[in-house]
Amino acid sequence: MSVAAVAPPAVSRWRDVRRIALRSPTFLSGAAIVLFWVGCALFGARLTPYDPLADDVINSLMPPSSEHWFGTDQLGRDVFSRVIAGARDILTVAPLATGLGTAAGASLGLASGYFGGWFDAIVGRIIDAFLALPLIVVSLLALTALGTSNATVVAVIGLSFTPIIARTVRAAVLGERELDYVVACHLRMESSAYIMFVEILPNVVAPVLVEATVRLGYAIFAVATLSFLGFGIQPPSPDWGLSIATNYSLVGDYYWTVLFDALAIASLVIGVNLLADGLEHAVRD
Amino acid sequence: MSSIAAFLGQRLGWAVMTLLILSVMVFFGAQVLPGNIGRAILGPLADVAAVTALNHELGVDRPLWVQYWDWISHFVRGDMGRSFIYHTPVFPFVAASLTKSLALALVVCVLVIPLSLAGGVYAALKAHRAADRIITLTGLAMTVVPEFVSGIILILVFGVWLRWLPISAKWADDAGLLGRLDHLILPALPLVLILFGYIAKMARAGTLAALESDYTRTAVLKGLPQATVIGRHVLRNALLPTISVIGTQVGYLIGGLIVVETLFNYRGIGALIFSAAKAKDFPMLQAGVLTVGLCYTVAAIFADLLFYLLNPRLRSGGAR
Repeated sequence: MSVAAVAPPAVSRWRDVRRIALRSPTFLSGAAIVLFWVGCALFGARLTPYDPLADDVINSLMPPSSEHWFGTDQLGRDVFSRVIAGARDILTVAPLATGLGTAAGASLGLASGYFGGWFDAIVGRIIDAFLALPLIVVSLLALTALGTSNATVVAVIGLSFTPIIARTVRAAVLGERELDYVVACHLRMESSAYIMFVEILPNVVAPVLVEATVRLGYAIFAVATLSFLGFGIQPPSPDWGLSIATNYSLVGDYYWTVLFDALAIASLVIGVNLLADGLEHAVRD
Repeated sequence: MSSIAAFLGQRLGWAVMTLLILSVMVFFGAQVLPGNIGRAILGPLADVAAVTALNHELGVDRPLWVQYWDWISHFVRGDMGRSFIYHTPVFPFVAASLTKSLALALVVCVLVIPLSLAGGVYAALKAHRAADRIITLTGLAMTVVPEFVSGIILILVFGVWLRWLPISAKWADDAGLLGRLDHLILPALPLVLILFGYIAKMARAGTLAALESDYTRTAVLKGLPQATVIGRHVLRNALLPTISVIGTQVGYLIGGLIVVETLFNYRGIGALIFSAAKAKDFPMLQAGVLTVGLCYTVAAIFADLLFYLLNPRLRSGGAR
């Protein structure tokens, strides 16, 4: 019995996860797409053929050509350069929001699962109420109240993720709480904070990591949607959602002003989700 | 019958508590976070006296708990306050837009529920073969793409290039039911795509589990025809978890409406919340958001009730 209750050594477990993940076509194709956009976010500004913010009104709304691969928008800006450079802001805001949500959610979930009792019951009720509102509705309400900036978007999306991540972590902690190594810590009179963060946390990292990757997909979804609604990333950023919002009234005659931004968002969210799916399978097997 | 009353009572108590916490959160978001409401409406250049006068007129200079009680006690009686912008009661706006949204949501459900259940069950029956891979992967990909992105692509393909469907949800006043439906299909499709993946995934997993179960093996071994095995033994058990997913997803559907209604220019509750947010019309925003939470909670109770009624393990009075 005691043998089964001992947590598997962390190192060999991670080696297994890595081995399975690197053989999964889902994981690899997701990773390739995400790496491409991360590359654009990091180095895009130096690689684009044109300045993504430079107007050239004489050449506005030109269809795709050998000169402008994806055509030009209303102000004559090169759409190809804007799509490449547009990766930067969303790939800054969404991961920061996910990081904030994961840190806060993991702490809350650890405490809720570890202490149990009334603390757990109250946190559970608040989480339920929170989940009764769609993410976009919560964000819209909070951003209207607080005002929109990249920092408030990070804070609002991060805090919206907190309850969901807390719930996942809580479930994982409940599975650990009764195991021998935790009981041993109690006998050694370790402090609660020590047991939660030093002993239990390393053993629940896998579900936290999977949940964080899934959340990153939702964060990109949410940031893109908020930017489209005008409550996310603000002009003059070449952000994709923002570009679609400014150009979608032209969709009837100038498809290229929105199509490539739409495909960019679609490929990035699909990439992140393939990555998450591959990781989830690798952790589970 | 008493067990179902107890079940319903427990669920309703739960829902009331959730809504109470929710209302405090919405109140906090709409009336505490913005700080000085009068200043937020009039802008940074307005005269201090004007801001104070407006705050007094709106009643936001009273203690918070008085304001909360005033708001919520009127809200439950259908009086949702007066719009800051239109200076008329909020309720007619919310009621009219909710009706329009429910019509759109109904179109979405009618399209997505049969499609995704059929897709999920079919994928499970063809598990690990090409058809399964295609359904599962397309479902996964479609589920994660934001509504406005798939909406734009659908508008381009079906509205602009093929010219099959009108690209706006606005119909002529004399349009018949079919003419109106025509305008609702394109707005419904992005939401159908999002929900298809979730529901099909659950239906597939449920069917797979039921197919591998002992009772299915017994049914096959005692020589029942395949259609009977699948219809009576597999599907009944397989679709149970799917029902709860549909219940929760209907709540999220209403969140998705914000984007779709904006994109297709349809004046539903999502568009109402959006325009209230843009105009900083807090009473309207508050009422719209709490209504969305209310819809979600009601949908969740219905899903639970249906789950209870269909689940033989929870049904008292013996199996049929």
